[in-house]
Amino acid sequence: MINIDIKKMLHGSHGNMPLDINIHIKQGEFIALTGVSGSGKTTLLRIIAGLETINEGSIKVHKTTWVDTAKTKAYTPIQKRKIGYLFQDYALFPNMSVLKNLTFVKDDKKLAYKLLDMVNLRQLENRMPQSLSGGQKQRIALCRALMNQPQLLLLDEPLSALDLAMRKKLQEDIKRFHKEFSMTTIMVSHDPSEIYKLSSRVILLDQGNILKDGKAKDVLLKTSGSQKFSFEGELLEIYQADILNIAVVSISEQLVKVVLDSTQANELKVGDQVLISTKAFSPTIKKLKE
Amino acid sequence: MFETMMNLDFEPFLISFKLAFYTTLILFIIAVPLSWYLSQTKSKMKPALEALTALPIVLPPTVIGFYILFTLSANSPIGAFFEQTFGIKLVFNFTSLVIASCFYSLPFMVQPLQAAIENMPKSFIEASYICGKNSFQTIIHVILPNIKPAVITAVVTTFAHTIGEFGVVLMVGGSIPGETKVASIAIYEFVEMLDYESAHIYSLLMISISFLVLFCVYYFNFKHKVKYD
Repeated sequence: MINIDIKKMLHGSHGNMPLDINIHIKQGEFIALTGVSGSGKTTLLRIIAGLETINEGSIKVHKTTWVDTAKTKAYTPIQKRKIGYLFQDYALFPNMSVLKNLTFVKDDKKLAYKLLDMVNLRQLENRMPQSLSGGQKQRIALCRALMNQPQLLLLDEPLSALDLAMRKKLQEDIKRFHKEFSMTTIMVSHDPSEIYKLSSRVILLDQGNILKDGKAKDVLLKTSGSQKFSFEGELLEIYQADILNIAVVSISEQLVKVVLDSTQANELKVGDQVLISTKAFSPTIKKLKE
Repeated sequence: MFETMMNLDFEPFLISFKLAFYTTLILFIIAVPLSWYLSQTKSKMKPALEALTALPIVLPPTVIGFYILFTLSANSPIGAFFEQTFGIKLVFNFTSLVIASCFYSLPFMVQPLQAAIENMPKSFIEASYICGKNSFQTIIHVILPNIKPAVITAVVTTFAHTIGEFGVVLMVGGSIPGETKVASIAIYEFVEMLDYESAHIYSLLMISISFLVLFCVYYFNFKHKVKYD
């Protein structure tokens, strides 16, 4: 059981913003932290790791107090928190080989080889990090994060710099590790499909506060009422074809055309964020035999 | 010329090198923790400490020499304490030269190290902490091996700068043959005595050694850059 109840004043590009978080995490949960840029996700992760200080509050993990501003002596240094942390830029030490990067955490070659085998990269054990691809580096970094058998694994947008195929591979690796070692995991992510696949609980942050907290289905699915499909997109162009007004909308990485009526064509303008949805299909009526 | 060279006393060169060796060694031990502190601290005192460290670059060597002489002489409390307690004189001997050189060359050791640590990705240091290592282990295993070019630059320029000292050495050490008479002072004395031949030999030797040392540093850094790019 992890109890987090913290307050910190953040000084971002949009002025000051208080980060005010109160969550309870159960052992073995896989939590995805999501929200727009600047909502405080990474800061929260860094606070849990001990890389950032807080103004007020406490973090308690099982029976140990990691930080508690009410008691001056209640503080566990980063080194003793027994966490795994996956950085966005991998942070593999360039002066050490792949194997040395792992055994630097703990001198346990057996465990190092076991982890390397799990990601199928044992053959790279003597290579230096700068000779590896981005995906290989991140998988090695994942192995390193697990070398001290952490009770808590923190992943800071671990897959954002990778291409789609590599992302899928790493998602499977993360899933496999989570199953094998069953450590509590918190992952910052922007990718809905990744969150849906991996997490058991999603926390949506906005302006430093928790906006939603629940299962991926409840937090991420945006349909409501009788809508069957709905997608958010950006309006790129409106043009006329004969008597019709056509809008070109970019949804995710696809472009679609939608017919507008004249009122909509006047109301909407290029650059608007729009929601495209269909309601239940209209029933058709047809006369049967007389 | 050759005959003069054979008869020339090269002891001042040996003293110069001995002085540079001790100064570099002591400064390295002091500068690594100091530059680490300066690179990590968020204290308001940082600009003041940085200014203090950089002071020897702008001050005339005579100013540093004068104050070291003033602080360490037998008339001062520090000088008197060492003389009465340990029987050691702190001025006009080799020890005083080392102390003065350490002050004089401090920025040459601290500045390249501090800049290199500050330029390192912060995540390396954080990753090392998360791996369970303290600051000392992080410095030894992660920081220093990853800023090798800066370490080489700092060590070599400190060494070379100490060899090239004149003002401080003259003020604090005097010119005692075999004790504090270094190469740069020997050249000055040759010129004063109009012995241009010896002055030439010493000076050319000085130029050659300095060039060779600096060339080696730049060559190493060039090679290192090619390797990592």
